[in-house]
Amino acid sequence: MSRKPEPLAGRAISKTIKYIVCIFLAILSIMPFWIMFMNATRSTYEIQATSIALLPSTYLESNWKVFHGKSFNPLVGFKNSVIIAVFTTIVNIYFNSLTAYALVAYQWKLRQPFFSFIMAILMLPAQVSSIGFYQFMYRIGWTNSFLPLILPAIAGPGVVFFMRQYLLGALSIDIVNSARIDGAGEFYTFNRIVLPIMKPAMATQAIFTFVGSWNNLFMPLILLTDNKNYTMPIMVSLLRGDIYRREYGAIYLGLSLTVLPLFIVYFALSKYIIAGVALGSIKE
Amino acid sequence: MGGKKIKSVSYAKYGYIFSLPFVLAFLIFTAYPVLYTAVIGFTDLKGLGKTDFKFLENPFQNFIQILKTPSFQESLGNTVLIWTVNFLPQILLALLLTAWFTNQRQKIRGQGAFKVLFYMPNIITAATIAILFSTLFGYPMGPMNDLFKLLGLSQEPINFLNNKTTARMVVSFIQFWMWYGQTMIVLIAGVLGINPELFEAAEIDGATSRQVFFYITLPSLRTIMLFTLVTSLIGGMQMFDIPKLFLNGGPDNATLTVSVFIYNQAFSGSYMYNRAAAASMILFIIIVVLSAILFYVMRDKDAAKLKKEIKKMKAAQKAAAKGVQA
Repeated sequence: MSRKPEPLAGRAISKTIKYIVCIFLAILSIMPFWIMFMNATRSTYEIQATSIALLPSTYLESNWKVFHGKSFNPLVGFKNSVIIAVFTTIVNIYFNSLTAYALVAYQWKLRQPFFSFIMAILMLPAQVSSIGFYQFMYRIGWTNSFLPLILPAIAGPGVVFFMRQYLLGALSIDIVNSARIDGAGEFYTFNRIVLPIMKPAMATQAIFTFVGSWNNLFMPLILLTDNKNYTMPIMVSLLRGDIYRREYGAIYLGLSLTVLPLFIVYFALSKYIIAGVALGSIKE
Repeated sequence: MGGKKIKSVSYAKYGYIFSLPFVLAFLIFTAYPVLYTAVIGFTDLKGLGKTDFKFLENPFQNFIQILKTPSFQESLGNTVLIWTVNFLPQILLALLLTAWFTNQRQKIRGQGAFKVLFYMPNIITAATIAILFSTLFGYPMGPMNDLFKLLGLSQEPINFLNNKTTARMVVSFIQFWMWYGQTMIVLIAGVLGINPELFEAAEIDGATSRQVFFYITLPSLRTIMLFTLVTSLIGGMQMFDIPKLFLNGGPDNATLTVSVFIYNQAFSGSYMYNRAAAASMILFIIIVVLSAILFYVMRDKDAAKLKKEIKKMKAAQKAAAKGVQA
C-alpha cells in the first residue's frame, strides 16, 4: 500500500483549526484572571458600568485602602500560609525521601510488603477520615495549632513512590559502600551523600507539596477557628461574606493578591512543573 | 555480589529505622482517624465541643438515617452528575490535544506555551477560583452578563446562578477547566512512553495519522487512562472547595456535593459528628466499590485483548513465514 498524501488545502485548514482551538483555550485560561487583575485597579463605580476591561485603571490604591481597612488583616493569612506550606514541604520531602531510600538501599524482610502497602494507600481518599481526625485533634487540644496541618505530611505515599523511582535510576550503591568504608554512619550517608543526589526530584516534588498545602481549604477550615490563625484560602472565603458586599474593586484586589504569588512561582518554574506532572504520571 | 549480600544483612535494620517516621505518621494521622471515624458512625456523638459518646442501641441507625435523608441522596446524585459532566469532555479534549501535540507530520508551534497556559488554572487556589467565578457570573451586573449583552445574546441581565442546571454546569465547567490541562500532559507523557518502533512500523506501512492514533496510540494509553479515570473519580467524589465556596451548595441544593454535605452536618447547625461520620463511611465504601469495578472491568478487557493480539501476531507470523517460503 502506498501512502496517499493529504491534499495541501486540507492540511492548511486542519492546521488552522488546530491553532484556533489552542488559542481559544489559551484565552479561556487567561481571561478570568485578566479580568480579575484589571478590575483590581478599577473603582467599584467603573466596574458597575462595565465589568470587562482589558486595560487597567488608576484606583489600585483606593481599592487597597478599602480592602485593608476591614476587620481582618490579609497579611496574617499570607504569613500563616507561608509557615504551614514551608514546614509541610520540608517534613514531606525529607521523611518521604528517607523512606524511599530505605526501600531502595537496604535488603530487609518486609521491604516488598511495605512497598505494596504504600501502593495500596496511594489512592486512599483523604476526606473520609476528617471527622475522626477533627475529634482526635480536639481531644488532644491541637485545634488552632499548625501541627495537625504539617505533621501528617510525613507520610506521603505519592512522594515515596516518586522518590523511589528516581533513586532506582540515580543511586549507585557503590557510592554508599565507599562512604561506609570511609566510616560514615548510615544516617550521615543519607544526609550528606544521598540527599544531594536526589535534589532534582526533591525540587519537583517540593513545588507540588508547597502548592498543595498553600491551596488546601478543607482541613484548615475545620481546625483553625481563631482568625489570627487563618490561612490564605480561609481569608479568601471571607471575601464572599458581608464585609465587602458591594466593594467589587476590593474583592477583585483580594482575589488578585492570592493569585499573584502563585503566578510568579508558576511562570518562573513552569518548565519543571510541567515536566513534574508528566513524570509523576508514569506509574508502572 | 556475595560480599554485598553479607554486608547488606547487617544493614537491614536501617530499612526499618528509616521507614519508621512514615509508618508512625500514617498510623497516627491516617489509620487511627479512619477507624475513629468509623466508630463515631455508630455512636450518638453530636454537639459543638463534645468528644464523649455512647454506642447507639441500633448500631446502624445513623447509616439508615443518612441514606434516608433527601439532601444526602441529592448530594450523591449531584456529585456523580457534576463529576461525569466534567470528566467526559475533559478526557475527550485531552485526547484530542494529545493527538494534535504528538502528531509528527503536522507539528504545532508554541506547544510549550500552550501546555503552560492549559495547565495554569490547576495550580491556582480553588477557593479563589470559586469566588472569582461567582463574581464573574454576578447579577444584575457582572462580566458574564456584560459579555452576553455584547454578543447580543440577551438584553436583560440574567441571574445565571439562580438556575439549578446552570449552577451545576458552571461547577462542572470549572472542574473541567482546572483539570483538562493536567490530563493532557499526563496523556502526552504516556504517548512519549510508547515504543517509537511501533510508530516507525506504522509509518512504513503507510498508516494515516488517524489510523496511528486509533490503532496504536489509544490502545497503548489504556493503563494511563485507567489511572486518570480512577484518580479523577476519587478526587471528584470528594469535591469540596469549588461547590462550597461557589454557591455553598445552592441554589436549592443543586451544587451540594457529598463532601459539602458532610462538612455542613459536622461543622454547622447541630454539629452531628455521628451522622457526618456515617456519611463519610458510606462515601468511602462507594469510592472503594467504584474503583474496584473500574479496575476489574478495564483489566479484564485488557487481558482479553492482549490474548487476542498475541493470537493475531502468531497468525501473522505464520502467514509471514509462509510468505517467505513461497
